[in-house]
Amino acid sequence: MGPITRRLIALESKRGWAVLLAVFAFAAVAVPLLNVLLPPDHALHVPTYMVQLLGKFLCYAMLALALDLIWGFAGVLSLGHGAFFALGGYAMGMYMMRQIGERGVYGNADLPDFMVFLNWGELPWYWWGFDSFWFAALMAVAVPGLLAFVFGWLAFRSRITGVYLSIITQAMTYALMLAFFRNEMGFGGNNGLTDFKDILGYSLSADGTKIGLYVATVIALTLAYLVSRFIVGSRLGRILLAVRDAESRVRFIGHSVTGAKLFAFTVSAMIAGVAGALYVPQVGIINPSEFSPAQSIEVAIWAAVGGRGTLFGPILGALSVNGAKSFFTGAAPEVWLFFLGGLFVVVTLFLPKGLVGLASAARRLKRPTLPVTKEEPRNA
Amino acid sequence: MREAHGSILYLDGVSVSFDGFKALNSLSLIIEPGELRTIIGPNGAGKTTMMDVITGKTRPDVGAVLYDGEVDLTKQSEERIAIMGIGRKFQKPTVFENLTVFENLELALAGERRTFAVLFAQLSGTQRDRIAEILATIRLTARAGEKAGTLSHGQKQWLEIGMLLAQDPRLMLLDEPVAGMTDAETEQTAELLVGIAKERSVIVVEHDMEFVRTLASKVTVLHEGSVLAEGSLAHVQADERVIEVYLGR
Repeated sequence: MGPITRRLIALESKRGWAVLLAVFAFAAVAVPLLNVLLPPDHALHVPTYMVQLLGKFLCYAMLALALDLIWGFAGVLSLGHGAFFALGGYAMGMYMMRQIGERGVYGNADLPDFMVFLNWGELPWYWWGFDSFWFAALMAVAVPGLLAFVFGWLAFRSRITGVYLSIITQAMTYALMLAFFRNEMGFGGNNGLTDFKDILGYSLSADGTKIGLYVATVIALTLAYLVSRFIVGSRLGRILLAVRDAESRVRFIGHSVTGAKLFAFTVSAMIAGVAGALYVPQVGIINPSEFSPAQSIEVAIWAAVGGRGTLFGPILGALSVNGAKSFFTGAAPEVWLFFLGGLFVVVTLFLPKGLVGLASAARRLKRPTLPVTKEEPRNA
Repeated sequence: MREAHGSILYLDGVSVSFDGFKALNSLSLIIEPGELRTIIGPNGAGKTTMMDVITGKTRPDVGAVLYDGEVDLTKQSEERIAIMGIGRKFQKPTVFENLTVFENLELALAGERRTFAVLFAQLSGTQRDRIAEILATIRLTARAGEKAGTLSHGQKQWLEIGMLLAQDPRLMLLDEPVAGMTDAETEQTAELLVGIAKERSVIVVEHDMEFVRTLASKVTVLHEGSVLAEGSLAHVQADERVIEVYLGR
């Protein structure tokens, strides 16, 4: 057994693997089976719209996980992760636009509808290649990764940290939003990309495709979680924690702070890109509002509510906050924003470690207090 | 001025000013390989600024800072300087509180520093032995698996010295290594430092005169950013200008 294999096995404790496998089996196998096998009137039947909603939430969860890698572990609060998510989404959207072909309103196989509408003569060069799914999939990872690398290199090299870093990430996503709003950019302007028909030849309106996309999201999220676990469990992960706690001290022992942050930031952006690419076919639209600064701030709220620096906390946070959002916007839409704001205040003030911290505090309360380990004699 | 050649550290005419305040004023200093040097001086004499200049945190306005007789430290990043063999202990102990004592030493341990390589790096048997050895030296073997944040102040100071040992530097800079320690701890630290200085060059900045006496090294007195006197402790204590600076005029 190689050292890497051994480390892969050691990513989780025995119990951790058992829980992970159980959750994975439930999400990837049980949920689709409950949808397909049970009749719609059965109590345990999971309706297709519910599966699709869950798929969307899991994309958000993946985005929150990506943010945790850089915020929870390296202490870099990026408030621009929505941009990486949106870029991944646009890449997949461009592929699906090309798949529409002659089925568009104008029946033009060479140009997407919005370009015909704008009287464009030919496909801009940056749309080349998006007829291929694999090219689009590659771009959904490469474009956010490249942007994060360049942006991060400039920011981390100049030692921009803390609130300043957060502000320029907001500026980044805001600038992209304004750019994508412009029709001249060639990404559909205000309306974005929509009216998708199929992906890899499967109709997006078919139940089977919806279930397939959902399962793909569960698998992608699981892989992203394991990759993140591997990173935070490595020596590089310990360097990231060290950077979070005492950045300049890390430099004085000879480790590259810029290198460590840049690595985490780039990987994080790539995960966000994959999440966006899975999100767009499930919701059927991508437009510049995904770049809006408020979207990125919400991601930070999910991560904080779940418990940052734990990887699974932000996943829980994204699922529970979005679940609550679905409920409230249906039941009492006017209170949702107050609820979200209040939640963030409560979490910041009383639950610095989020839901995960609350759970472990509850566990400690239940267990009888352990005898305090004796302090060693000072001059032993 | 003597030659830079053959010295481990050579500072010549180094000046640093912050908003018109001259923190270092044409400071010149030579440290020989294997030397233990103590630097004293009143508050604001430029001791910490001098360490900042040597470790690349602050760039001097003018002056030469040479390591090993030839490397221009004013052109190097903090990381490069650390990798080249200059280690530093801060006045306020800064250990990585959320990592265990063992992990603190692991990160400091000389060796792999490239970002991609540390993602896959594993400790070798020799490296584990080295960490165990350092843990024994700094008397923290029993606390190896605990978070560094749970250590007492004195233990954190020792862990930081341990991290320096793990870095295996050729030149160590120690900023007030016994601040906040009990008398017994101070004595043990002095013993440890004298032992360390046998194999490498050490610069100690200290206020505690009793401790300076125990080190029994050559002493440099800084005042207003330049060297006021240099020699044995007895010699500098007899110097009129030193007395004037310390006792007021």
